[in-house]
Amino acid sequence: MKTSNIFLRASNVFYFLQEAVHNIFLHGLMSLAAVGVTMACLLIMGSFTLVSMNLNATLSDLERENVVIAYIDETYSEEQARALEADIMALDNVESCKFVTREEAMEAFVSQYDDDSVFASVPASVLRDRFEIHLTELEEMESTVIALKAVEGVANVRAELEIAQGFMAVRNMAGVVAIILAVMLLLVSLFIISNTIRLGAYTRRDEVAIIKMCGAKDSFIRCPFVAEGVILGLVGAVIAFFIQWGVYNLVMRAITKSDTMQLLTVIPFHNFAGRILLIFLLVGLAVGAVGSSLAINKFLKV
Amino acid sequence: MVRLTDVYKVYENGARALKGINFQIDDGEFVFLVGPSGSGKSTIIKLLTAEIPPTEGRVMVNGYNLGTITPRQVPYLRRTIGVVFQDFRLIEKKTVYENLALAMRAVGASSQEIKKRVPAMLELVELDRKMNRHPSELSGGEQQRVAIARALVNNPGMIIADEPTGNLDPARSYDLMRLLERINELGTTILVVTHEKELVNRFSKRVLAIENGRIISDGMDGYYRYYENK
Ligand SMILES: Nc1ncnc2c1ncn2[C@@H]1O[C@H](COP(=O)(O)OP(=O)(O)O)[C@@H](O)[C@H]1O
Ligand SMILES: [Mg+2]
Repeated sequence: MKTSNIFLRASNVFYFLQEAVHNIFLHGLMSLAAVGVTMACLLIMGSFTLVSMNLNATLSDLERENVVIAYIDETYSEEQARALEADIMALDNVESCKFVTREEAMEAFVSQYDDDSVFASVPASVLRDRFEIHLTELEEMESTVIALKAVEGVANVRAELEIAQGFMAVRNMAGVVAIILAVMLLLVSLFIISNTIRLGAYTRRDEVAIIKMCGAKDSFIRCPFVAEGVILGLVGAVIAFFIQWGVYNLVMRAITKSDTMQLLTVIPFHNFAGRILLIFLLVGLAVGAVGSSLAINKFLKV
Repeated sequence: MVRLTDVYKVYENGARALKGINFQIDDGEFVFLVGPSGSGKSTIIKLLTAEIPPTEGRVMVNGYNLGTITPRQVPYLRRTIGVVFQDFRLIEKKTVYENLALAMRAVGASSQEIKKRVPAMLELVELDRKMNRHPSELSGGEQQRVAIARALVNNPGMIIADEPTGNLDPARSYDLMRLLERINELGTTILVVTHEKELVNRFSKRVLAIENGRIISDGMDGYYRYYENK
């Protein structure tokens, strides 16, 4: 009798799925717990990833908007000041820089106010020539500022370090917390799935013994249980995806409506819906397959 | 072919179940293995199906040495043997047809092979009209015939039955032995474990008698002589 490709046979796949579904309902509560924990794990993982992605987007906006200003020593003539451009451009992390004369700066300053009479009489000489500098990486802002200050002729540097650092701290923290929580929950989810499968295997041990006596290989016996674990994992993943979607949209609406949080850039969910679904499904699949394999390997040894 | 040479079995708790067993069963034979309860009959069956390893000695079954067989090879060994138990061991939630189909699927048979083979086997045991019933809807004798059909479905060269008539009345027991006899006539080697003297004596077959872990007689009238001389 042929023994190859027994997994590809449609009738076998049907049998494996049928057994898996039967088992899932046989231990409904355990299955529910397994799906629930997997779902919670993915939701937490997903939420932190989304927060972190949005903070990243906000950071790149800040990179675009945030300008570091390098003031030039007053004793430098305009010619001398302009000559510093090469030195500044030579620094790492400087994407572009634009020279602004003290007169231009004055104009821009005055134009901010409706009533320009107050400042109209102030001579431009109280201001300094300056460079407006865009950085490549906001993360490197601090060291770039130090390097800028070291350039001869640069009197002072103004940068909004705190905002950038605050965002980066939150983002990094979100990443770390997400990883720790995700790993913990993954372990819990693995444990629960594995116990659900083990219970199912135990209930059906007589059947397993019969099939083994007929000459089934371990892989044939393992398949329905792995299918069960994978189904549990995937169901958890799909439910988690839809919940994530709903919650994200609620939060997004709240942020865009709010006045204080306008600073945040919110990416629409559909921009990464596909990726999130794929990751959820892969994690669900992996947790289900690994959890059930662990359970069944232990079971088959006995 | 089955050959046991100086086989000993000591269970983990120290029970010495077999104490130097020697016998050979050639292809196509019909053999009764008889002996009182606790004499070691089931232990021999478990050795032959690689459920337990021998403690000492050599056990050869259809070309496999069961002292050195690897876990990977065990399924292939088992495909050369059909096993029947006293308690039938059918899967209750599946129909008669599905019980047989599963046994075939487990060894990689295709749907077409299953569709052809299962009805043929059920016809052989005269249960083709009940193939959509569940085991609980059948009598003990019928259930045991299903078990025999399942043992045969993958076309093994040999059937091993451990007290197959233990749960049947004498008339059904006799019918079942006749069925096994017919299967033997079709070319399958048969080894039947039983302690029912009357039943054994109604057939003139080779009888291996075991007591207290030792073979005490082996011959066409072995069981009979053993009891007469006692
Ligand atoms: N799993 C086991 N562990 C320990 N002792 C066993 C086990 N199975 C059988 N025995 C012992 O081995 C002896 C033979 O048992 P068995 O082969 O089942 O006899 P039979 O089938 O002839 O009634 C008995 O003394 C029994 O108690
Ligand atoms: Mg016994």
